[in-house]
Amino acid sequence: MPANRFNGFTQYGVGIGLRIPHYSHILEEKPVVDWFEIISENFMIDGGRPLAVLDQILEQYRVVQHGVSMYFGSVEPLNREHLKRLKALVRRTRTPWLSDHLCWGSVDGSYSHDLLPMPYTFEAAAKTAQKIREARDFLEVPVVVENVSSYAEFHASEMTEWQFLTEVVERADCGILLDVNNIYVSSRNHSFDPFEYVNSVPHDRVAQIHIAGHSKFEKYILDTHDHPVIDPVWNLYGRAIELTGPTATLLEWDDHIPSFEEVHDEALKANRYVAERVGA
Amino acid sequence: MELDRIQRTMFDAVRQPLTAGEGMRKRTRDGKSLRVIANEIIKPNDRLTSFERLEIYNRQYWFRILAALSEDFPGLRAIIGERRFEKLAIAYLLDCPSRSFTMRNLGSRLEAWLRAHPEHIAQFESIALDMVRLEWAEIEAFDEAAKPRLTEADLPVLGPDPKFELQPYVRLLDLSHPVDDLLIRVRREGEEADIVSNAVTERIRSRARRRRLPKPERIFVAVHRADNSVYFKRIDKEAFTILCALREGKNLSDAVDAVEWSGRPIEDASAHVQQWFAYWSAQGWFCKTS
Repeated sequence: MPANRFNGFTQYGVGIGLRIPHYSHILEEKPVVDWFEIISENFMIDGGRPLAVLDQILEQYRVVQHGVSMYFGSVEPLNREHLKRLKALVRRTRTPWLSDHLCWGSVDGSYSHDLLPMPYTFEAAAKTAQKIREARDFLEVPVVVENVSSYAEFHASEMTEWQFLTEVVERADCGILLDVNNIYVSSRNHSFDPFEYVNSVPHDRVAQIHIAGHSKFEKYILDTHDHPVIDPVWNLYGRAIELTGPTATLLEWDDHIPSFEEVHDEALKANRYVAERVGA
Repeated sequence: MELDRIQRTMFDAVRQPLTAGEGMRKRTRDGKSLRVIANEIIKPNDRLTSFERLEIYNRQYWFRILAALSEDFPGLRAIIGERRFEKLAIAYLLDCPSRSFTMRNLGSRLEAWLRAHPEHIAQFESIALDMVRLEWAEIEAFDEAAKPRLTEADLPVLGPDPKFELQPYVRLLDLSHPVDDLLIRVRREGEEADIVSNAVTERIRSRARRRRLPKPERIFVAVHRADNSVYFKRIDKEAFTILCALREGKNLSDAVDAVEWSGRPIEDASAHVQQWFAYWSAQGWFCKTS
Protein backbone atom coordinates (compact mmCIF):
# COMPACT_ATOMS: atom_id res chain seq x y z
CA MET A 1 0.00 0.00 0.00
CA PRO A 2 2.90 2.46 -0.16
CA ALA A 3 1.63 3.75 -3.47
CA ASN A 4 -2.07 3.40 -4.09
CA ARG A 5 -4.94 5.13 -5.82
CA PHE A 6 -5.71 7.03 -2.63
CA ASN A 7 -2.38 8.84 -2.56
CA GLY A 8 -2.05 9.35 -6.28
CA PHE A 9 0.26 6.32 -6.66
CA THR A 10 3.06 8.21 -4.96
CA GLN A 11 5.76 6.84 -2.69
CA TYR A 12 6.51 9.70 -0.36
CA GLY A 13 8.72 9.06 2.64
CA VAL A 14 8.82 11.00 5.88
CA GLY A 15 7.68 14.62 5.89
CA ILE A 16 7.01 17.39 8.35
CA GLY A 17 4.49 20.18 8.59
CA LEU A 18 5.48 23.49 7.01
CA ARG A 19 5.40 26.02 9.85
CA ILE A 20 6.23 29.74 10.01
CA PRO A 21 9.14 29.47 12.51
CA HIS A 22 10.97 27.26 9.98
CA TYR A 23 10.36 29.34 6.84
CA SER A 24 13.67 31.17 6.77
CA HIS A 25 15.69 28.05 7.61
CA ILE A 26 14.04 26.09 4.82
CA LEU A 27 14.34 28.85 2.24
CA GLU A 28 17.93 29.69 3.10
CA GLU A 29 19.41 26.27 3.95
CA LYS A 30 17.24 24.16 1.64
CA PRO A 31 17.47 21.06 3.84
CA VAL A 32 16.71 17.67 2.32
CA VAL A 33 13.14 16.79 3.26
CA ASP A 34 11.00 14.16 1.56
CA TRP A 35 7.93 16.35 1.58
CA PHE A 36 6.04 19.05 3.45
CA GLU A 37 2.45 19.05 4.55
CA ILE A 38 0.71 22.42 4.50
CA ILE A 39 -2.48 23.45 6.24
CA SER A 40 -4.62 24.35 3.25
CA GLU A 41 -6.53 27.11 5.03
CA ASN A 42 -3.33 29.10 5.61
CA PHE A 43 -2.90 29.42 1.86
CA MET A 44 -6.49 29.76 0.63
CA ILE A 45 -5.94 33.49 0.23
CA ASP A 46 -5.51 35.87 -2.66
CA GLY A 47 -1.93 37.08 -2.24
CA GLY A 48 0.87 38.15 0.04
CA ARG A 49 3.68 36.48 1.88
CA PRO A 50 2.11 33.06 2.57
CA LEU A 51 1.62 32.38 -1.13
CA ALA A 52 5.03 33.82 -2.01
CA VAL A 53 6.68 31.46 0.49
CA LEU A 54 4.60 28.56 -0.74
CA ASP A 55 5.66 29.19 -4.33
CA GLN A 56 9.32 29.14 -3.28
CA ILE A 57 8.77 25.92 -1.37
CA LEU A 58 7.04 24.38 -4.38
CA GLU A 59 10.10 25.08 -6.51
CA GLN A 60 12.17 22.80 -4.29
CA TYR A 61 9.87 20.40 -2.47
CA ARG A 62 6.89 18.10 -2.75
CA VAL A 63 3.87 19.47 -0.90
CA VAL A 64 0.71 17.74 0.30
CA GLN A 65 -2.36 19.62 1.44
CA HIS A 66 -4.05 18.95 4.75
CA GLY A 67 -7.24 20.75 5.68
CA VAL A 68 -8.90 21.55 8.99
CA SER A 69 -12.29 22.97 8.11
CA MET A 70 -14.02 20.99 5.38
CA TYR A 71 -16.19 19.33 8.04
CA PHE A 72 -17.31 16.34 6.01
CA GLY A 73 -19.37 15.22 9.00
CA SER A 74 -21.41 18.41 9.40
CA VAL A 75 -25.01 17.99 8.31
CA GLU A 76 -24.98 21.22 6.30
CA PRO A 77 -23.81 21.18 2.66
CA LEU A 78 -20.20 21.78 1.69
CA ASN A 79 -19.20 25.43 1.51
CA ARG A 80 -18.86 26.23 -2.21
CA GLU A 81 -16.59 29.22 -1.63
CA HIS A 82 -14.33 26.99 0.45
CA LEU A 83 -14.26 24.38 -2.31
CA LYS A 84 -13.44 26.93 -5.00
CA ARG A 85 -10.53 28.34 -3.02
CA LEU A 86 -9.33 24.86 -2.17
CA LYS A 87 -9.40 23.84 -5.81
CA ALA A 88 -7.36 26.87 -6.79
CA LEU A 89 -4.78 25.83 -4.20
CA VAL A 90 -4.82 22.23 -5.41
CA ARG A 91 -3.93 23.50 -8.87
CA ARG A 92 -1.14 25.61 -7.43
CA THR A 93 0.44 22.87 -5.28
CA ARG A 94 -0.36 19.90 -7.52
CA THR A 95 -0.91 17.93 -4.32
CA PRO A 96 -1.20 14.23 -5.19
CA TRP A 97 -3.85 13.77 -2.53
CA LEU A 98 -5.71 16.00 -0.14
CA SER A 99 -6.68 15.22 3.43
CA ASP A 100 -9.14 16.57 5.95
CA HIS A 101 -10.72 15.22 9.10
CA LEU A 102 -13.51 12.78 9.78
CA CYS A 103 -15.38 15.17 12.01
CA TRP A 104 -17.90 17.97 12.03
CA GLY A 105 -17.59 21.57 13.19
CA SER A 106 -20.17 23.88 11.65
CA VAL A 107 -23.91 24.43 11.88
CA ASP A 108 -25.95 26.77 9.67
CA GLY A 109 -22.80 28.43 8.34
CA SER A 110 -21.30 29.16 11.77
CA TYR A 111 -17.91 27.62 12.47
CA SER A 112 -16.47 26.16 15.68
CA HIS A 113 -12.93 25.93 14.29
CA ASP A 114 -12.67 22.67 16.19
CA LEU A 115 -12.66 19.03 15.11
CA LEU A 116 -15.82 17.82 16.82
CA PRO A 117 -16.33 14.06 17.13
CA MET A 118 -18.88 12.15 15.12
CA PRO A 119 -21.61 9.99 16.58
CA TYR A 120 -20.81 6.61 15.04
CA THR A 121 -24.15 5.95 13.35
CA PHE A 122 -25.07 4.61 9.94
CA GLU A 123 -26.91 7.85 9.21
CA ALA A 124 -23.76 9.85 9.93
CA ALA A 125 -21.62 7.50 7.85
CA ALA A 126 -23.92 7.80 4.83
CA LYS A 127 -24.15 11.59 4.99
CA THR A 128 -20.41 12.01 5.54
CA ALA A 129 -19.50 9.66 2.71
CA GLN A 130 -21.77 11.57 0.35
CA LYS A 131 -20.00 14.84 1.14
CA ILE A 132 -16.58 13.27 0.68
CA ARG A 133 -17.67 12.07 -2.76
CA GLU A 134 -18.97 15.54 -3.65
CA ALA A 135 -15.71 17.16 -2.55
CA ARG A 136 -13.60 14.69 -4.51
CA ASP A 137 -15.71 15.17 -7.63
CA PHE A 138 -15.32 18.94 -7.39
CA LEU A 139 -11.64 18.99 -6.46
CA GLU A 140 -10.56 16.27 -8.92
CA VAL A 141 -7.92 14.92 -6.55
CA PRO A 142 -7.95 11.89 -4.23
CA VAL A 143 -9.46 12.84 -0.87
CA VAL A 144 -8.44 11.00 2.29
CA VAL A 145 -9.95 11.37 5.74
CA GLU A 146 -8.17 11.47 9.07
CA ASN A 147 -9.41 9.97 12.32
CA VAL A 148 -9.50 12.67 15.03
CA SER A 149 -8.66 12.63 18.71
CA SER A 150 -11.79 12.75 20.80
CA TYR A 151 -12.78 13.45 24.35
CA ALA A 152 -16.44 12.46 24.20
CA GLU A 153 -18.56 9.52 23.01
CA PHE A 154 -22.20 9.70 22.06
CA HIS A 155 -25.10 7.63 23.34
CA ALA A 156 -26.31 7.49 19.75
CA SER A 157 -23.26 5.59 18.47
CA GLU A 158 -24.07 2.24 16.86
CA MET A 159 -20.51 0.99 16.24
CA THR A 160 -16.88 1.50 17.24
CA GLU A 161 -14.82 4.33 15.84
CA TRP A 162 -12.81 2.04 13.59
CA GLN A 163 -15.99 0.42 12.28
CA PHE A 164 -17.34 3.90 11.56
CA LEU A 165 -14.15 4.94 9.78
CA THR A 166 -14.33 1.79 7.68
CA GLU A 167 -18.01 2.35 6.93
CA VAL A 168 -17.34 5.91 5.77
CA VAL A 169 -14.30 5.26 3.59
CA GLU A 170 -15.89 2.25 1.92
CA ARG A 171 -19.11 4.13 1.20
CA ALA A 172 -17.09 7.09 -0.12
CA ASP A 173 -14.48 4.87 -1.74
CA CYS A 174 -11.77 7.10 -0.36
CA GLY A 175 -8.49 6.73 1.46
CA ILE A 176 -7.48 7.06 5.11
CA LEU A 177 -5.01 9.34 6.78
CA LEU A 178 -4.33 7.13 9.78
CA ASP A 179 -3.27 9.29 12.73
CA VAL A 180 -1.76 6.82 15.18
CA ASN A 181 -1.33 9.49 17.85
CA ASN A 182 -5.03 10.29 17.62
CA ILE A 183 -5.82 6.60 17.95
CA TYR A 184 -3.63 6.41 21.05
CA VAL A 185 -5.17 9.56 22.58
CA SER A 186 -8.72 8.36 21.96
CA SER A 187 -7.89 4.85 23.20
CA ARG A 188 -6.79 6.30 26.53
CA ASN A 189 -9.77 8.63 26.72
CA HIS A 190 -12.28 5.93 25.83
CA SER A 191 -10.55 2.80 27.17
CA PHE A 192 -10.20 0.72 24.02
CA ASP A 193 -7.26 -1.23 22.64
CA PRO A 194 -5.46 0.96 20.08
CA PHE A 195 -3.99 -2.11 18.38
CA GLU A 196 -7.48 -3.47 17.74
CA TYR A 197 -8.20 -0.18 15.96
CA VAL A 198 -5.05 -0.35 13.83
CA ASN A 199 -5.59 -4.04 13.08
CA SER A 200 -9.19 -3.45 12.00
CA VAL A 201 -9.10 -0.60 9.51
CA PRO A 202 -8.89 -1.41 5.78
CA HIS A 203 -5.14 -1.25 5.32
CA ASP A 204 -5.29 -1.04 1.57
CA ARG A 205 -6.96 2.35 1.91
CA VAL A 206 -4.28 3.95 4.08
CA ALA A 207 -2.75 6.74 2.02
CA GLN A 208 -0.80 8.52 4.74
CA ILE A 209 0.06 8.25 8.43
CA HIS A 210 0.30 11.03 11.03
CA ILE A 211 2.46 10.86 14.13
CA ALA A 212 2.58 13.48 16.89
CA GLY A 213 3.00 14.16 20.58
CA HIS A 214 0.31 14.93 23.11
CA SER A 215 -0.24 16.11 26.69
CA LYS A 216 -1.40 14.02 29.63
CA PHE A 217 -3.78 15.41 32.22
CA GLU A 218 -5.11 13.73 35.30
CA LYS A 219 -8.25 12.29 33.77
CA TYR A 220 -7.68 12.50 30.03
CA ILE A 221 -5.13 13.10 27.28
CA LEU A 222 -5.20 16.12 24.98
CA ASP A 223 -3.93 16.11 21.41
CA THR A 224 -1.62 19.11 21.66
CA HIS A 225 1.09 18.39 19.05
CA ASP A 226 3.66 20.02 21.29
CA HIS A 227 5.90 17.13 22.37
CA PRO A 228 8.02 14.41 20.79
CA VAL A 229 6.25 11.18 19.88
CA ILE A 230 6.08 8.79 22.85
CA ASP A 231 7.12 5.13 22.60
CA PRO A 232 3.60 3.65 22.76
CA VAL A 233 2.67 5.79 19.73
CA TRP A 234 5.84 4.69 17.90
CA ASN A 235 4.90 1.08 18.64
CA LEU A 236 1.46 1.70 17.22
CA TYR A 237 3.11 3.26 14.18
CA GLY A 238 5.29 0.17 13.83
CA ARG A 239 2.22 -2.05 13.86
CA ALA A 240 0.46 0.19 11.34
CA ILE A 241 3.27 -0.01 8.80
CA GLU A 242 3.59 -3.76 9.30
CA LEU A 243 0.04 -3.88 8.00
CA THR A 244 0.13 -1.13 5.41
CA GLY A 245 3.72 -1.26 4.21
CA PRO A 246 5.92 1.82 4.24
CA THR A 247 3.49 4.69 3.90
CA ALA A 248 3.91 8.44 3.55
CA THR A 249 4.40 9.59 7.14
CA LEU A 250 4.11 13.07 8.59
CA LEU A 251 5.11 14.39 11.99
CA GLU A 252 2.82 17.12 13.33
CA TRP A 253 4.44 19.58 15.75
CA ASP A 254 2.33 22.67 16.11
CA ASP A 255 2.98 24.33 19.44
CA HIS A 256 6.19 25.13 21.30
CA ILE A 257 7.84 24.35 17.98
CA PRO A 258 11.54 23.56 18.36
CA SER A 259 14.24 24.02 15.71
CA PHE A 260 13.78 22.63 12.24
CA GLU A 261 16.48 20.01 12.89
CA GLU A 262 14.81 18.80 16.06
CA VAL A 263 11.45 18.41 14.38
CA HIS A 264 12.94 16.73 11.33
CA ASP A 265 15.09 14.37 13.41
CA GLU A 266 12.04 13.33 15.40
CA ALA A 267 10.16 12.63 12.17
CA LEU A 268 13.01 10.62 10.70
CA LYS A 269 12.81 8.15 13.59
CA ALA A 270 9.94 6.72 11.56
CA ASN A 271 12.50 5.27 9.15
CA ARG A 272 13.87 3.03 11.93
CA TYR A 273 10.45 1.48 12.38
CA VAL A 274 10.08 1.02 8.65
CA ALA A 275 13.45 -0.78 8.56
CA GLU A 276 12.64 -2.94 11.60
CA ARG A 277 9.05 -3.81 10.83
CA VAL A 278 8.93 -3.86 7.07
CA GLY A 279 12.57 -4.29 6.16
CA ALA A 280 12.36 -1.62 3.49
CA MET B 1 -31.20 10.86 18.17
CA GLU B 2 -30.65 12.16 14.64
CA LEU B 3 -27.33 13.61 13.53
CA ASP B 4 -28.77 17.06 12.92
CA ARG B 5 -30.18 17.31 16.44
CA ILE B 6 -26.98 16.01 18.04
CA GLN B 7 -24.91 18.58 16.19
CA ARG B 8 -27.22 21.51 16.93
CA THR B 9 -27.38 20.55 20.60
CA MET B 10 -23.63 20.14 20.99
CA PHE B 11 -22.79 23.21 18.90
CA ASP B 12 -25.06 25.36 21.04
CA ALA B 13 -23.48 23.93 24.20
CA VAL B 14 -19.84 24.38 23.21
CA ARG B 15 -20.49 28.02 22.30
CA GLN B 16 -21.92 28.91 25.71
CA PRO B 17 -19.65 31.40 27.45
CA LEU B 18 -17.37 30.01 30.15
CA THR B 19 -17.54 30.84 33.84
CA ALA B 20 -15.04 33.22 35.40
CA GLY B 21 -13.02 30.15 36.35
CA GLU B 22 -12.98 29.04 32.70
CA GLY B 23 -15.31 26.11 33.27
CA MET B 24 -18.62 25.26 31.65
CA ARG B 25 -21.65 27.04 33.05
CA LYS B 26 -24.41 25.11 34.75
CA ARG B 27 -27.02 26.65 32.49
CA THR B 28 -27.19 27.99 28.96
CA ARG B 29 -27.87 31.66 28.43
CA ASP B 30 -31.55 30.82 27.95
CA GLY B 31 -31.72 28.84 31.17
CA LYS B 32 -31.39 25.20 30.09
CA SER B 33 -29.35 22.85 32.25
CA LEU B 34 -26.08 21.99 30.55
CA ARG B 35 -25.78 18.92 32.77
CA VAL B 36 -29.08 17.62 31.39
CA ILE B 37 -28.00 18.47 27.83
CA ALA B 38 -24.65 16.73 28.29
CA ASN B 39 -26.29 13.64 29.81
CA GLU B 40 -28.70 13.50 26.91
CA ILE B 41 -26.06 13.22 24.19
CA ILE B 42 -22.71 12.23 25.74
CA LYS B 43 -21.71 9.09 27.60
CA PRO B 44 -19.80 9.40 30.86
CA ASN B 45 -16.75 7.21 31.42
CA ASP B 46 -15.00 5.91 34.54
CA ARG B 47 -13.15 9.22 35.00
CA LEU B 48 -15.33 11.97 33.59
CA THR B 49 -19.03 12.80 33.69
CA SER B 50 -20.89 13.69 30.52
CA PHE B 51 -20.75 17.32 31.64
CA GLU B 52 -16.96 17.20 32.09
CA ARG B 53 -16.45 15.64 28.67
CA LEU B 54 -18.58 18.31 27.00
CA GLU B 55 -16.73 20.93 29.00
CA ILE B 56 -13.45 20.00 27.28
CA TYR B 57 -14.95 21.10 23.95
CA ASN B 58 -16.59 24.17 25.47
CA ARG B 59 -13.23 25.33 26.84
CA GLN B 60 -11.35 24.59 23.65
CA TYR B 61 -13.84 26.51 21.55
CA TRP B 62 -13.34 29.66 23.58
CA PHE B 63 -9.61 29.24 24.08
CA ARG B 64 -9.08 28.91 20.35
CA ILE B 65 -11.20 31.80 19.09
CA LEU B 66 -10.23 34.16 21.90
CA ALA B 67 -6.56 33.48 21.22
CA ALA B 68 -7.05 34.14 17.51
CA LEU B 69 -8.95 37.40 18.03
CA SER B 70 -6.50 38.53 20.67
CA GLU B 71 -3.60 37.91 18.32
CA ASP B 72 -5.26 39.94 15.58
CA PHE B 73 -5.95 43.00 17.76
CA PRO B 74 -2.97 43.60 20.04
CA GLY B 75 -3.33 47.34 19.57
CA LEU B 76 -6.89 47.36 20.86
CA ARG B 77 -5.76 45.22 23.80
CA ALA B 78 -3.02 47.71 24.58
CA ILE B 79 -5.51 50.58 24.54
CA ILE B 80 -8.33 49.17 26.66
CA GLY B 81 -6.41 46.61 28.71
CA GLU B 82 -6.57 42.81 28.82
CA ARG B 83 -9.59 42.42 31.08
CA ARG B 84 -11.80 44.75 29.09
CA PHE B 85 -10.58 43.21 25.85
CA GLU B 86 -11.54 39.75 27.01
CA LYS B 87 -15.03 40.88 28.01
CA LEU B 88 -15.36 42.69 24.70
CA ALA B 89 -14.12 39.68 22.73
CA ILE B 90 -16.54 37.29 24.40
CA ALA B 91 -19.49 39.63 23.84
CA TYR B 92 -18.46 40.20 20.22
CA LEU B 93 -17.98 36.52 19.43
CA LEU B 94 -21.33 35.68 21.02
CA ASP B 95 -23.02 38.24 18.78
CA CYS B 96 -20.85 37.60 15.73
CA PRO B 97 -19.74 33.96 15.69
CA SER B 98 -17.38 32.92 12.94
CA ARG B 99 -19.07 32.64 9.56
CA SER B 100 -15.90 31.75 7.69
CA PHE B 101 -13.84 28.60 7.29
CA THR B 102 -10.81 30.61 8.36
CA MET B 103 -10.20 32.37 11.67
CA ARG B 104 -8.51 35.11 9.64
CA ASN B 105 -11.96 36.66 9.25
CA LEU B 106 -12.97 36.55 12.93
CA GLY B 107 -12.51 40.31 13.31
CA SER B 108 -14.20 41.36 10.09
CA ARG B 109 -17.30 42.71 11.87
CA LEU B 110 -15.56 44.13 14.94
CA GLU B 111 -15.59 47.79 13.92
CA ALA B 112 -19.29 47.75 13.06
CA TRP B 113 -20.09 45.84 16.23
CA LEU B 114 -18.14 48.30 18.38
CA ARG B 115 -19.98 51.23 16.84
CA ALA B 116 -23.20 49.55 17.96
CA HIS B 117 -21.74 48.65 21.39
CA PRO B 118 -19.53 51.61 22.36
CA GLU B 119 -19.82 50.73 26.06
CA HIS B 120 -17.02 48.19 25.52
CA ILE B 121 -14.60 50.95 24.57
CA ALA B 122 -15.96 53.73 26.79
CA GLN B 123 -13.37 56.43 27.57
CA PHE B 124 -11.33 55.28 24.55
CA GLU B 125 -14.00 55.22 21.87
CA SER B 126 -12.31 57.29 19.21
CA ILE B 127 -8.79 55.90 19.53
CA ALA B 128 -10.05 52.32 19.95
CA LEU B 129 -12.10 52.54 16.75
CA ASP B 130 -9.11 54.00 14.95
CA MET B 131 -6.98 51.11 16.12
CA VAL B 132 -9.53 48.46 15.13
CA ARG B 133 -9.77 49.98 11.66
CA LEU B 134 -5.99 50.00 11.33
CA GLU B 135 -5.60 46.42 12.60
CA TRP B 136 -8.27 45.10 10.27
CA ALA B 137 -6.71 47.02 7.37
CA GLU B 138 -3.40 45.39 8.23
CA ILE B 139 -4.97 41.93 8.09
CA GLU B 140 -6.51 42.70 4.72
CA ALA B 141 -3.37 44.28 3.30
CA PHE B 142 -1.35 41.21 4.33
CA ASP B 143 -3.05 38.73 2.04
CA GLU B 144 -5.36 40.54 -0.39
CA ALA B 145 -4.71 39.97 -4.07
CA ALA B 146 -2.01 41.81 -5.99
CA LYS B 147 -3.01 42.42 -9.60
CA PRO B 148 -0.47 43.04 -12.35
CA ARG B 149 1.12 46.46 -11.92
CA LEU B 150 0.32 49.31 -14.21
CA THR B 151 3.40 50.16 -16.26
CA GLU B 152 4.36 53.12 -18.38
CA ALA B 153 3.52 51.08 -21.44
CA ASP B 154 -0.08 50.81 -20.25
CA LEU B 155 -0.59 54.56 -19.91
CA PRO B 156 -1.41 55.41 -23.55
CA VAL B 157 -4.24 52.89 -23.49
CA LEU B 158 -5.86 54.69 -20.56
CA GLY B 159 -6.56 57.83 -22.59
CA PRO B 160 -6.10 61.53 -21.79
CA ASP B 161 -8.14 61.52 -18.56
CA PRO B 162 -7.45 58.07 -17.17
CA LYS B 163 -9.03 56.09 -14.37
CA PHE B 164 -6.38 54.54 -12.18
CA GLU B 165 -7.31 51.35 -10.35
CA LEU B 166 -5.77 50.84 -6.93
CA GLN B 167 -4.37 47.47 -5.91
CA PRO B 168 -6.88 45.49 -3.80
CA TYR B 169 -4.38 45.32 -0.93
CA VAL B 170 -4.13 49.10 -0.53
CA ARG B 171 -6.31 50.39 2.30
CA LEU B 172 -6.95 54.10 2.95
CA LEU B 173 -7.69 55.34 6.43
CA ASP B 174 -8.69 58.73 7.84
CA LEU B 175 -7.79 58.47 11.54
CA SER B 176 -8.17 60.83 14.46
CA HIS B 177 -5.17 59.49 16.41
CA PRO B 178 -1.66 58.45 15.35
CA VAL B 179 -2.38 54.81 16.11
CA ASP B 180 0.07 53.66 13.43
CA ASP B 181 3.03 54.49 15.65
CA LEU B 182 1.35 52.87 18.63
CA LEU B 183 0.59 49.67 16.74
CA ILE B 184 4.13 49.42 15.42
CA ARG B 185 5.41 49.58 18.99
CA VAL B 186 2.93 46.95 20.14
CA ARG B 187 3.59 44.69 17.13
CA ARG B 188 7.31 44.66 17.84
CA GLU B 189 6.54 42.65 20.95
CA GLY B 190 4.33 40.10 19.20
CA GLU B 191 5.07 36.93 17.33
CA GLU B 192 3.75 35.75 14.01
CA ALA B 193 1.55 32.70 13.97
CA ASP B 194 -0.83 30.87 11.70
CA ILE B 195 -3.26 28.00 11.91
CA VAL B 196 -1.30 24.94 12.88
CA SER B 197 -3.72 22.06 12.43
CA ASN B 198 -6.54 21.88 14.92
CA ALA B 199 -4.49 20.56 17.77
CA VAL B 200 -5.88 21.58 21.10
CA THR B 201 -4.68 25.00 22.16
CA GLU B 202 -3.53 26.07 25.55
CA ARG B 203 -5.12 29.18 26.98
CA ILE B 204 -2.89 31.92 25.69
CA ARG B 205 -2.35 34.61 28.27
CA SER B 206 -0.03 36.95 26.49
CA ARG B 207 -0.15 40.42 27.94
CA ALA B 208 -0.27 43.54 25.84
CA ARG B 209 1.22 46.16 28.12
CA ARG B 210 -0.97 49.23 28.67
CA ARG B 211 0.73 52.20 27.10
CA ARG B 212 0.64 55.96 27.24
CA LEU B 213 -1.88 56.78 24.55
CA PRO B 214 -1.16 59.39 21.89
CA LYS B 215 -3.07 62.66 21.86
CA PRO B 216 -5.64 63.22 19.12
CA GLU B 217 -4.10 64.17 15.79
CA ARG B 218 -5.79 63.67 12.46
CA ILE B 219 -3.68 61.51 10.17
CA PHE B 220 -4.18 59.86 6.80
CA VAL B 221 -2.67 56.45 6.28
CA ALA B 222 -2.31 54.14 3.32
CA VAL B 223 -1.88 50.57 4.54
CA HIS B 224 -0.08 48.73 1.78
CA ARG B 225 2.24 45.86 1.01
CA ALA B 226 5.74 45.85 -0.39
CA ASP B 227 7.92 42.74 -0.71
CA ASN B 228 5.18 40.88 1.14
CA SER B 229 5.44 43.05 4.24
CA VAL B 230 2.70 45.42 5.36
CA TYR B 231 3.53 49.09 5.77
CA PHE B 232 1.69 52.08 7.18
CA LYS B 233 2.40 55.06 4.93
CA ARG B 234 1.26 58.44 6.18
CA ILE B 235 0.00 60.59 3.36
CA ASP B 236 -1.22 64.19 2.99
CA LYS B 237 -4.90 64.89 3.23
CA GLU B 238 -4.93 65.96 -0.41
CA ALA B 239 -3.22 62.76 -1.51
CA PHE B 240 -5.74 60.79 0.54
CA THR B 241 -8.60 62.60 -1.19
CA ILE B 242 -7.20 61.81 -4.62
CA LEU B 243 -6.63 58.15 -3.80
CA CYS B 244 -10.13 57.78 -2.36
CA ALA B 245 -11.61 59.38 -5.47
CA LEU B 246 -9.62 57.05 -7.71
CA ARG B 247 -10.81 54.08 -5.67
CA GLU B 248 -14.38 55.27 -6.21
CA GLY B 249 -13.71 55.04 -9.94
CA LYS B 250 -13.36 58.72 -10.73
CA ASN B 251 -11.23 59.97 -13.60
CA LEU B 252 -7.91 61.57 -12.78
CA SER B 253 -9.19 65.11 -13.42
CA ASP B 254 -12.21 64.61 -11.19
CA ALA B 255 -10.03 63.06 -8.50
CA VAL B 256 -7.69 66.04 -8.50
CA ASP B 257 -10.63 68.46 -8.61
CA ALA B 258 -12.02 66.80 -5.48
CA VAL B 259 -9.13 68.24 -3.49
CA GLU B 260 -9.45 71.47 -1.52
CA TRP B 261 -5.98 72.91 -1.95
CA SER B 262 -6.23 75.34 0.97
CA GLY B 263 -4.88 78.30 -0.91
CA ARG B 264 -1.76 76.59 -2.22
CA PRO B 265 -0.44 77.98 -5.50
CA ILE B 266 -1.50 75.86 -8.42
CA GLU B 267 2.17 75.22 -9.30
CA ASP B 268 2.75 73.69 -5.85
CA ALA B 269 -0.33 71.55 -6.14
CA SER B 270 0.73 70.31 -9.53
CA ALA B 271 4.20 69.46 -8.27
CA HIS B 272 2.74 67.57 -5.31
CA VAL B 273 0.42 65.56 -7.50
CA GLN B 274 3.31 64.61 -9.78
CA GLN B 275 5.43 63.54 -6.82
CA TRP B 276 2.65 61.50 -5.31
CA PHE B 277 1.87 59.71 -8.54
CA ALA B 278 5.54 58.95 -9.05
CA TYR B 279 5.70 57.41 -5.55
CA TRP B 280 2.46 55.49 -5.88
CA SER B 281 3.51 54.14 -9.27
CA ALA B 282 6.93 53.13 -7.95
CA GLN B 283 5.22 51.29 -5.09
CA GLY B 284 2.98 49.48 -7.56
CA TRP B 285 -0.24 50.81 -6.02
CA PHE B 286 -1.90 51.05 -9.43
CA CYS B 287 -2.85 47.93 -11.31
CA LYS B 288 -3.92 47.16 -14.82
CA THR B 289 -7.61 47.92 -15.10
CA SER B 290 -9.83 44.89 -14.88
